[in-house]
Amino acid sequence: MKILVPVKRVIDYNVKVRVKADQTGVDLANVKMALNPFCEIAVEEAVRLKEAGNASEVVVVSIGTTAVQEQLRTALALGADRALHIETDQHLDSLQVAKLLAKVVAQEQPGLVILGKQAIDSDNNQTGQMLAALTGMGQGTFASKVQLADGKVLVTREIDGGLQTVALTLPAVVSTDLRLNEPRYASLPNIMKAKKKPLDVIAADSFGVTLSSNVTVLKVAAPASRQGGIKVESVAELVDKLKHEAKVI
Amino acid sequence: MAILIIAEHNNLSLKSETHKVVQAAAAIGGDITLLVAGFNCKAAADEAATVAGVSKVLLADNAVYQHQLAENIAALVTEVGKDFSHILAPATTSGKNFLPRVAAMLDVAQISDVIAIESADTFVRPIYAGNAIATVQSSDRIKVLTVRPAAFRAASDGNSAPIEAVSAAHDAGVSAFIDEELTKSERPELSAARVVISGGRGMQNGENFALLNGIADKLGAAIGASRAAVDAGFVPNDMQVGQTGKIVAPDLYIAVGISGAIQHLAGMKDSKVIVAINKDAEAPIFQIADYGLVADLFSVLPELEQQL
Repeated sequence: MKILVPVKRVIDYNVKVRVKADQTGVDLANVKMALNPFCEIAVEEAVRLKEAGNASEVVVVSIGTTAVQEQLRTALALGADRALHIETDQHLDSLQVAKLLAKVVAQEQPGLVILGKQAIDSDNNQTGQMLAALTGMGQGTFASKVQLADGKVLVTREIDGGLQTVALTLPAVVSTDLRLNEPRYASLPNIMKAKKKPLDVIAADSFGVTLSSNVTVLKVAAPASRQGGIKVESVAELVDKLKHEAKVI
Repeated sequence: MAILIIAEHNNLSLKSETHKVVQAAAAIGGDITLLVAGFNCKAAADEAATVAGVSKVLLADNAVYQHQLAENIAALVTEVGKDFSHILAPATTSGKNFLPRVAAMLDVAQISDVIAIESADTFVRPIYAGNAIATVQSSDRIKVLTVRPAAFRAASDGNSAPIEAVSAAHDAGVSAFIDEELTKSERPELSAARVVISGGRGMQNGENFALLNGIADKLGAAIGASRAAVDAGFVPNDMQVGQTGKIVAPDLYIAVGISGAIQHLAGMKDSKVIVAINKDAEAPIFQIADYGLVADLFSVLPELEQQL
């Protein structure tokens, strides 16, 4: 069985983002970029399934400018076998990404698609569900455990209030939550080997998917900043302030 | 404008998030229909009919909807919702699960985690873990939105909207429910609580979380946790507050032994009053806390419980 893992290049999660003064977006110039943390977990899970003998090949795919090849190489260094770069310089919404990925699914015929539950830049949490809809596959979102058995995948999902387990007929789409696994680090020899692994570039236009979106960003602003607070000296003072000043208890 | 809201419920009763989505829908303006899809869920539909501002309740009561599997619910919502101008659900794990599937089936975008409605086609939502706020406009024929419950007040009760049965039974046949393991708690739900007290890595172990119990009881508070506390195995992960956990906006948020990483702040920085208790005076949490106490939590917590 082949596993397809879509990955995204995003701003590094430790970077404190700055909104541009003209409110057109956030400043991404000279900012450290990285593999989206949830995508890293997805790659790790796919590689673990392969190591356990449950998969024959792990294919990673990313959509964007040439820069995304850096993240594809990272995924290859983590153990993926082959990479696909779908090249476009357009900004795409989840629906367009899902449509492109549906075409890749049709070409590659994976038994399982594993992706992150959300990208930490747009915070949308949509692509996996949309891809499942477009391909008619079952979906196991927010996965904290994935097991393959008898042509099905058992996915334990993190839901409000606890955990839920569902069984999906393969092929299926799984989206990863933080607790699914702890991703490994890429070793230097593996980083060197990853440079020789196949990476195919395909133009996004060649898929026949309309890449424009009906959603326009009117402005991006900084969140309202909180008023600087005060430090209290004792528990008694804290309780007094909460009772009489803030009036919340 | 015709708005369809997918109610959040557990087949027995409606969850408070639904009331908040109704309030958000009222800001769009138009006729509001609530869809209650589940199994043996008449009681939840009866409750939905009492929510102020709702003009009709649709009840899809069928075994295929019992566990709200995304594949089945999405097919139902796509069929029922195709003539509406807006389809809304709360940005809970349930709404986030099925609604993007609905949007893709309708071939429209979804706007996630809306925190303000500017007009019928213009919405405000946080991006980059709440470090930027985007205003977006949609020209899609159907606007599909998940709404952040913590950003809206709850619609009141006192209505008696008519209930209409929907007979459609969609079973996509690609997924099945196996089991569920819910955390038992007598306390208010984290996302709906008026007061939240959360512990972080500074709590040192799971047993020490008991120190928060007495305070939570006195304040009627829910207990939360930072990701560090969850990852260290102190508490179950449904208690996590943050970008990847629950988003809360209570009147009072007490952060105990939490440093205040960006990802945690994303989940609680819209709280009305924030209190931080931390022994590290340089912890970033103090930059957003209204009241900070630099002290050892193990001496502060018993004292606080006593003084309340």
